[in-house]
Amino acid sequence: MEIDVSKVDEVIDSFSGDLSQLIGILQDIQANLNYLPREALVRVSERLEIPISQVFGVATFFKAFSLTPRGRHQINVCLGTACHVRGGARILGKLERDLKIEAGGTTEDLRFTLESVRCLGCCSLGPVVVIDNDTYGRLNQEKVAKLLDQYE
Amino acid sequence: MRERLRNPENLERLRQKLQKERDPNKRRITVCAGTGCGAYGCGEIISALKKELKKRKLQQDVEIKVTGCHGFCERGPLLVINPQKLFYQKVQVEDVPEILSETIEKGNVIDRLLYVNPVTGEKIVHEDEVPFYKLQERIIFGSNGSIDPTSIEDYIAIGGYRALAKAFFDMSPEEIIESVKRSGLRGRGGGGFPTGLKWESCRKAPGEPRYVICNADEGDPGAYMDRSLLEGNPHSVLEGMVIGAYAIGSNQGHVFVRKEYPLAVQNLRIALQQAEEYGLLGEGILGTGFDFSVRINRGGGAFVCGESSALMASLEGQPGEPRAKHIHTVISGLYDKPTNLNNVETWANVPLIIDKGDQWYAQLGTEGSKGTKIFSLVGKVNNTGLVEVPMGITLREIVYDIGGGIPGGKKFKAVQTGGPSGGCIPESLLDLPVDFDRLTEVGSMMGSGGMIVMDEGNCMVDVAKYFINFLRDESCGKCTSCREGTQRMYEILDDITEGRGKRGDVELLEELGWVVAEASLCALGGTAPNPVLSTIQYFRDEYEAHIKEKRCPAGVCKALIQYTIDSELCTACGRCRKACPSDAISGAKKVPHKIDQEKCIKCGMCVESCKFDAVKVQ
Repeated sequence: MEIDVSKVDEVIDSFSGDLSQLIGILQDIQANLNYLPREALVRVSERLEIPISQVFGVATFFKAFSLTPRGRHQINVCLGTACHVRGGARILGKLERDLKIEAGGTTEDLRFTLESVRCLGCCSLGPVVVIDNDTYGRLNQEKVAKLLDQYE
Repeated sequence: MRERLRNPENLERLRQKLQKERDPNKRRITVCAGTGCGAYGCGEIISALKKELKKRKLQQDVEIKVTGCHGFCERGPLLVINPQKLFYQKVQVEDVPEILSETIEKGNVIDRLLYVNPVTGEKIVHEDEVPFYKLQERIIFGSNGSIDPTSIEDYIAIGGYRALAKAFFDMSPEEIIESVKRSGLRGRGGGGFPTGLKWESCRKAPGEPRYVICNADEGDPGAYMDRSLLEGNPHSVLEGMVIGAYAIGSNQGHVFVRKEYPLAVQNLRIALQQAEEYGLLGEGILGTGFDFSVRINRGGGAFVCGESSALMASLEGQPGEPRAKHIHTVISGLYDKPTNLNNVETWANVPLIIDKGDQWYAQLGTEGSKGTKIFSLVGKVNNTGLVEVPMGITLREIVYDIGGGIPGGKKFKAVQTGGPSGGCIPESLLDLPVDFDRLTEVGSMMGSGGMIVMDEGNCMVDVAKYFINFLRDESCGKCTSCREGTQRMYEILDDITEGRGKRGDVELLEELGWVVAEASLCALGGTAPNPVLSTIQYFRDEYEAHIKEKRCPAGVCKALIQYTIDSELCTACGRCRKACPSDAISGAKKVPHKIDQEKCIKCGMCVESCKFDAVKVQ
């Protein structure tokens, strides 16, 4: 895939090419390009003067990164302890059934990527789902199904 | 425009000026905008308040203060109206015009927005009379409710950066370290290591430069006090870091914060900038020759990075794998240089110790654990939220007096403390005083302060499986014992919950647990068996029921339960039939419904949809 290298450069420049910010750099590249294409990782390795294996190592170690294209909307279902004891797994099950994908998957039309996450830090609202930047709390299966309509 | 402060007198003069500008008797509406209240829609309430004030030409007379988390998340969105300290809870946008016309303009209290004490049925008017708050000791967390986290002026007005000036001008680095040692402060991130000792070792370690790190990679599921502190009072953490850096002799700090906490990152960024403008951070702090700058590093979503050496590896641009700590990170940490890492809450304690004195601080708490601890009280408890209590308070006081007991008339079963590395504490130990050592004695730990309450509807085998699954997933894979051990423990627990358990499984889990704990490098593996071992210790009968009788007493493990409909209670309303995703429910108008066990996928939609409690779990 052809990527806009200047976008990658821009992100690296915004961190002044600081290696201690590698995770942040990769996060911002992913925010810009939707995922981490191979070409972007190569560019990062060239600019930071580190082996591609190291960039790849970090990009595959951390959950935050995806090496494949993601959906337009990101659904994060919290499965932290507080959400678990209040039925978070049932919420995830409902979304998996409705979207016909498993956790970690992306719908064919690239509308949604569904992920389970470990604690979003709003435990008193459990079970919690975050779609893009919107947090929804005190959900049940019926309520969560209605949330998806507003995300095209 | 902020003018650089060149000495402590400048800072005091600024403080006096700010305090004069802040009339305590001014009418003020404080809105909690922590993540919890944010999810309830406090943003709309804030806009509505602003609009209504403008409409009534009151914007000059009434101030709106948007603050961080107050802690009582259960009842959000929360509003406090000053100077009367009226406490309104579960406020909706529709309530806003009435709040202005009745309370602000006429001074009347709106009855329906008051908090009702569930025990006595009494309505509570003022914030400080709410039992949830009254029984706490909010020395760290209390300021969250009164300051705007994006305004350094608010922080300075309540005494902020006074400790920094005292540390820089009245104390030597050694004296600061001695004072922190005398205070008895221990690390709030879980380990409980004495903070002063850590600082001392780092100061004495050979090598330059030294680094100071704030660990805000709050990964324990069920804990969110660090998030709320960084979001609601970032300067308290920053001030602690600057004092620590001065005492240790470090010029470079890092805050490693979870990317899942965007508001914390944002507020911290603002705080750094404002502190630099005043010269409280950066070059020549307060006119001295001491420089200290702080960088924010976002985490990548790996639990193991809460471990200090793994965190430092990811700061070096490497995958976050821990290393053997034969040489401690205070001697050889980040870039193999002396590095002092403390958790968010630990740093926030420091200004208080310096400002009010170590003697004052050491009065709070127990012999071996001084001060207060913030817990996130969540799960099956009436008043969920963040609570700050003195060390040594009993679990019963936290769960029942502050937490208001278990909802829905259910029976208490256990409280899980210490995150995935902690354990489950049963009812018989509810009178246990909570401190570092006592929790460890009973097979759990303090951890970062998650406190998840479970009732009779929670299966302890399922909980153990949940934590082992978490740790198996988050194990970085470096040590065989942890990588393979947690995997095998998970498989055994999965078998038990799926009805394939066999005799000897429990003993095998105990044996495996011992190996995982003893043979793994870092604390993740070292404590991974805790949830399993503690549930076996206190709830062995539940394991036995799953294995021998193929029965889940709590009605949780899908393979061992059946959903049925009680024909006496069923009103044939049809809700469950419509809700069922697998067409397993049959029935018609006035005909009690039935579940076809062949078709049922045990998703629980019918239980959730039934308004008459007619769906039973067996």
